[in-house]
Amino acid sequence: MTTAHVHAKEAEPACEEEWEPKIVTFCCNWCSYAGADLAGVSRLQMPTNFLVVRTMCSARVDPEFVLRSFAKGADGVLVLGCHPADCHYIGGNYRTRRRIALLRMLLEQYGFDPERLRLEWVSASEGPKFQKTIKDFTEKIRELGPNPLKDESGAIEVRKSEYV
Amino acid sequence: MAKIKIAQYWGAGCGGCDVAMLDIDEKILGVAEMADIAFWPIAVDTKLSEVEAMPDGYITATFYNGAVRNSENEHVAKLLRKKSALIVSFGSCACFGGIPGLANITNAKDILEYVYTKTFSSDQKNAAEKVYPQTLTHTKDGDIDLPVLYDTVLTLDQVIDVDYYMPGCPPTTNLINDFLGIVEKHVKEGAPLPPKGTVVASSKTLCDECKRKREVKSISELHLPFEIDIDPDKCMIEQGVICLGPATRAGCGAKCLNANQPCRGCMGPTAQVLDQGGSMLSALASVFKIGDKESQMNEEDILKIMSQVKDPLGTFYSYTLPKSIIKRVVKERGPKKKVEAKT
Repeated sequence: MTTAHVHAKEAEPACEEEWEPKIVTFCCNWCSYAGADLAGVSRLQMPTNFLVVRTMCSARVDPEFVLRSFAKGADGVLVLGCHPADCHYIGGNYRTRRRIALLRMLLEQYGFDPERLRLEWVSASEGPKFQKTIKDFTEKIRELGPNPLKDESGAIEVRKSEYV
Repeated sequence: MAKIKIAQYWGAGCGGCDVAMLDIDEKILGVAEMADIAFWPIAVDTKLSEVEAMPDGYITATFYNGAVRNSENEHVAKLLRKKSALIVSFGSCACFGGIPGLANITNAKDILEYVYTKTFSSDQKNAAEKVYPQTLTHTKDGDIDLPVLYDTVLTLDQVIDVDYYMPGCPPTTNLINDFLGIVEKHVKEGAPLPPKGTVVASSKTLCDECKRKREVKSISELHLPFEIDIDPDKCMIEQGVICLGPATRAGCGAKCLNANQPCRGCMGPTAQVLDQGGSMLSALASVFKIGDKESQMNEEDILKIMSQVKDPLGTFYSYTLPKSIIKRVVKERGPKKKVEAKT
């Protein structure tokens, strides 16, 4: 995955023939990004529906990043970090784990299926796990369908009132 | 010296902001000295038709409080924008949606259904027939209309162009005095006004203003304010009470904390972030104690810890839901094989 720096494209118009899931994947610099790289150089096959954003630590993924990804039309967000007890910054991944747990509760209240946000541990040597995570998650998002915000081309119809 | 013209209007609000304006005590005399009230429904009897007859830009400054929630709020907001040189988004509701903004967890249909059929006081006959107020009624003397309730509560700046923001529920007398002082200087001495988009408050977080001591860096459990005796000198969060101080803009003088109550975030997010709830969520999740056993914990243990936060949306976004990144509750539509081409 040496060409993992895929630039986020503008949300494509809703008139595309077949809906394809768009997934934003945050990878921590020390484990998961290297894991993604390994999956790439090992030529492991996986769906190409994801964009990788490298962060120094999974704890760098501000809840705002996740919320903005959804607001900009991502169908799923994947946060990948080092295994417990393996964090380069000692406790970063523990913080991530709590934030993601709380964030999933919040997303559920917002009406999203919390499955749209997933946290996984992928170490630098786990190329196949990266491949499996991407495969499983893409499949899951396919089951869930498009981001409920995106269906109306990114905007919600706020003026209409159903009772009149 | 010609007097300036000021106006104040309420949208979806409680009227507390109007009272806050009167709460500036003797300073109100200074206001009366430099300004005439062009329009202020709660205090003077100017009709909307008189505002419509005013030339564009006639009003020097309009203080709009309350969110925009129905067609009347929007109509008056747009009218006042046309008639005013300056628009001040006054109070949390106008700036971020405020408490009425929590209606974004539901929609107009469900609200009306609940209010007119399900409450204890609703007329049971009406409930059975689902009698709702209509936006248009024909009578032999003409048509009578009511404003249309929107599904989504909007902030003032989502509807019109806003010059200044004055958050707070309501804005404190200090902030109002500061702003009126600036306006007075501008009127009397021609001093320049602050740049457009200025938020009349501090740019730091509330923790910067709060006098409480923070010593322990982590907490192990959460409490509601009434469940414990809150130490007035120690940090609220350190005592396990959710306080939105770390994610909230300063400027209010930490009034709630001085009264031994946690901050609920009425001043909105700081200048550096877009989403107050997201910041608070991040801050709160970080202060939970990381023990030696953390590496052995599984996802369920973590969920158990975090489930102590009973209502993340209502707690973290009590004043800012319409201004948050997601803005309102959405509905999953399920799998979709093909998106139909737009015609």
